[in-house]
Amino acid sequence: MSVATTNYYDRRGILGTLGRDGLLQIILIANTILMLAPIVIMVFSAFKTTPQIFQSPFGIPDFSQVQNFIKIWSETNFLRYLLNSFLVTGASMVLILTLGTMAAYAIGRYAFTGASFILMFFLAGLTLPLKLAIIPLFMLMRDLSILNNQLSLIFVYTAMGLPSTVFIMTGFIRTLPNELEDAARMDGASEARIMWSIMLPLVRPAMVIAGIQNVVPIWNDFFFPLVFIQNDSLKTLPQGLTTFMGEYTTDWGVLFSGLTLSAAPIIIIYIVLSRQFIAGMTSGAIK
Amino acid sequence: MAQLSLRGIKKRFRDTEVLHGIDLEIGDREFVVFVGPSGCGKSTLLRLIAGLDPISDGEFVLNGHRMNDVAPSRRGIAMVFQSYALYPHMDVYENMAFGARLMGLDKAEVERRIAEAAQMLRLEALLKRKPRELSGGQRQRVAIGRALVRKPDVFLLDEPLSNLDAALRSEVRLEIAKLHREIGGTMIYVTHDQVEAMTLADKIVVMNNGRIEQVGSPRELYETPANTFVATFIGSPRMTLVDVTHEGDRLAMANGGSVAAGTLPGPGALKLGLRPDGVQLHRSASEGFAGRVEYTEYLGDNAYVYVRLANGTLLSARTTPNDLYTPDEAVTVSVTPGAAHYFSAEDGRRLDP
Repeated sequence: MSVATTNYYDRRGILGTLGRDGLLQIILIANTILMLAPIVIMVFSAFKTTPQIFQSPFGIPDFSQVQNFIKIWSETNFLRYLLNSFLVTGASMVLILTLGTMAAYAIGRYAFTGASFILMFFLAGLTLPLKLAIIPLFMLMRDLSILNNQLSLIFVYTAMGLPSTVFIMTGFIRTLPNELEDAARMDGASEARIMWSIMLPLVRPAMVIAGIQNVVPIWNDFFFPLVFIQNDSLKTLPQGLTTFMGEYTTDWGVLFSGLTLSAAPIIIIYIVLSRQFIAGMTSGAIK
Repeated sequence: MAQLSLRGIKKRFRDTEVLHGIDLEIGDREFVVFVGPSGCGKSTLLRLIAGLDPISDGEFVLNGHRMNDVAPSRRGIAMVFQSYALYPHMDVYENMAFGARLMGLDKAEVERRIAEAAQMLRLEALLKRKPRELSGGQRQRVAIGRALVRKPDVFLLDEPLSNLDAALRSEVRLEIAKLHREIGGTMIYVTHDQVEAMTLADKIVVMNNGRIEQVGSPRELYETPANTFVATFIGSPRMTLVDVTHEGDRLAMANGGSVAAGTLPGPGALKLGLRPDGVQLHRSASEGFAGRVEYTEYLGDNAYVYVRLANGTLLSARTTPNDLYTPDEAVTVSVTPGAAHYFSAEDGRRLDP
C-alpha cells in the first residue's frame, strides 16, 4: 500500500515536471515554426517560377533553378541598390551610435540642470509617428536641396534612431559603477579617455542592442526612399525591388529572390551579433 | 615625503553640511585610520583629500602646496576603492599599466614598476587574467598594485577589507601592515571596524557626525578616551556608562549601591565608564553595584557576562571561562581600582582628576 502510494506521488511528480517542461518546449517549438515559416517560404519561393508558387506554395523547390537570381542580377541595378542600402544604413548607424552614445553618456553620467528634461525630450521622440511629418519633411529637404540625395535619408534615419538609442544607452550607462570613473580619474584619465577607454568597452552589449534595434527598420525602410529618392541610381534595395511589382502582373519568383538577397545581410549580422545581443539583454539578470 | 594639513575643511552637498570644519595634521610615513559609524563623513573626507569631490571651505595643503584646486591625478595620491574598481575589460597588467602610462612614463619604466609591484604582491602568475577570473583577495591585491605603480606620496584606502570574508580579512590586514612597512608611504585608511583601526594605525582619527571626536594612538584612545562617544566606540564589548552621583568619596548609583570614587573634581552627577575588564562580579553581596545576570557569552579563552544593573543599565563584564553565571543570578559589581573612566554628565567630556 505504502509502496503504491509512493509510486503514485512519484509518478505525479514526474508527470507534473514533464508536463510543465513539455508544454514549455511545445510553445517554444511552435513559436520557432511560426517565426521561421515566412522566411522559409520566402527562400523556397525564390527558387520557383510564379506559376509554381501558386500551384504548390509550400512545396520544396529545385534549388538548382537560379533563373530568378540571374534575372535580378541582369535586369536590375541590384548591386547598385545593395551598395546604396549599405551606404545609407551604414552612415545612419554610425551617426546614431556615435551621437546617441555621447548624448546618453552626458545624460547618464553628469549631473546638470536640465538632464532629465533632455532625456524626456529624446523619449518624446519615441512617441512621435515620423511618417505623419512627411510633408513638412519633404519641404524641409527641398529647401535644404537634398531631395533626391541620400543625405535626406541619412538625416531622417538618424533622427528616427536617436530616441531609442539614447533610451537604451542611458539606462545602461547609469548602471556602471561610479567608482570605476573615480578610479580612472585618480589614474589621470581625461573625461574623453574615461568615456573611450573605460566606459565604452563596458557598454558594448547595449550598443549592439541599440544597433540591432535600429538597423532592421532602416535597412527595410521603403517609405522614405519612395518619397525622397527618384533617381534610379540612388534607390535602396526595398525600393529598387518594386521594379518587379507591376500594376497588372508581378513576377513573384524574382521578387522573392530579391527579398531573400536583401534579407540575407541582416540575418547574417543578427547571427554574428546574437551572442552579444543576448548577453546584453540578460546582463542585468545574471549579475 | 608627505606632510598633509587639513585646515577647517568643510563639505556641503547643496544645503546639508556633512563635514563641519576638520583640522588635522598627518605626518610623513604615518598610518592614519579614519574610523567612525557609517554616515560620519569619513569616506567624504577621503574623497576630498583624493580630489574626487571639491572642498566647500577650508584648505588642504600637501607638502606646503595648496591642493584644493589641483586635479586628483596631480596630487601624488593613489586610492584603493572599496569595490576595488578594477577595469573589468582589462587584464591585471593593463589595469596596473593604465595609470602609469597616463603619467607619461616610458614603456620600460611602466614594465619595471609593474614587475616590482607584482613581485611584492605575488601577482606575477595572474598578470594575464581578467578581474572576473580572480578571487576577492587577488582583486584586492591588484587594486593595491594599481596604486603602487603610480608611486604616490599618499595612499588612500577606502574600507578595503569590507568585501572580504572574515578569514581573508585578517590575512589581508597583515599584508597591508607589512606593505606599509616596506614602501613607507603615508597611508590613510577608512574603516568602520575598530579592530582594523586598532591593529593597523599609528594614529586613529575617530569621527562622528562630520566632526573629529579624538585623534590619538590606539593606546591613547583606549586608555584615555576624550569623551563618551570615543569611549564606547573603541573597545569590544563596548564600555558601559553608568549614571552615578558623586557624594563625599563615594559614587552612588540610583537605587543600587555605590563604589569608591577616585580623585575627582567636585561633587555632583557624572558618568562612570567601565570596560568589561575593569569590573569584577561577586556572587555574595558585597560593596558595589547591585544587578542581575542577563546572559553569558562563552568565548573559549574567556567569557562575557551581561548584567542588568539596578538602575536599568546593561553592563558587560569579562570573567574567566570557568566562572559562568546563570541568568537571573543576583550579583554585585565592583570596580578594579584605577580602571574607571569618568565623564561629565552634561556633555560627555572626559573628567580628569
